[in-house]
Amino acid sequence: MLDFFLWAAVAILAASLLGLYRALFGPTIIDRIIGVNVIGTKTIAVILLIGLIFKQVDMFIDIAFVYALINFIGTLAFCKYMERKGVHGGPSK
Amino acid sequence: MNIACIVLVSLGILFLVLGAVGLIRFPDFYTRLHAAGKCDTLGSMLIVSGLALYDGFSLTSVKIIAIAVFIFLTSPTATHAILRAAFKNNVSHWTKDKQ
Repeated sequence: MLDFFLWAAVAILAASLLGLYRALFGPTIIDRIIGVNVIGTKTIAVILLIGLIFKQVDMFIDIAFVYALINFIGTLAFCKYMERKGVHGGPSK
Repeated sequence: MNIACIVLVSLGILFLVLGAVGLIRFPDFYTRLHAAGKCDTLGSMLIVSGLALYDGFSLTSVKIIAIAVFIFLTSPTATHAILRAAFKNNVSHWTKDKQ
């Protein structure tokens, strides 16, 4: 069962590499925001899996909850900023 | 219980990988957000629910379910906020001529 959790974490990390590509090479700033948001959502699941692998779920649940909160607030604040300031970084592809 | 956990986590990983492939392959900002928003919400909720089933019913699983509810509330809200920021700034969408 622990092996399954380990491989699940590896698969989720491989999927978040695709999001990292979009965050690095996105044509517009908004694409980069999507990439960061996707990586943050996947990280919550990875943190829970790490807690189950190391048998310390009690501690890692709180970390995952705080991470979900920070991810949401950060995305919202960045979107408010972009909404006022305007989206620069070239036309969308 | 372990079989239900494995099935839910595998389904969630499938959804996450498909959403990430859509994030790479789609031509436009709006279609990329369409792939990423929904697939990420469902995949994360499936994985977190599957992990809640692993230990049986306890305080730990109740807290993990609380994380799933939080994801269910906040992930579509974040998607909507991103979309509104793009829409108010007139980010052009993909048409057939532009390819």
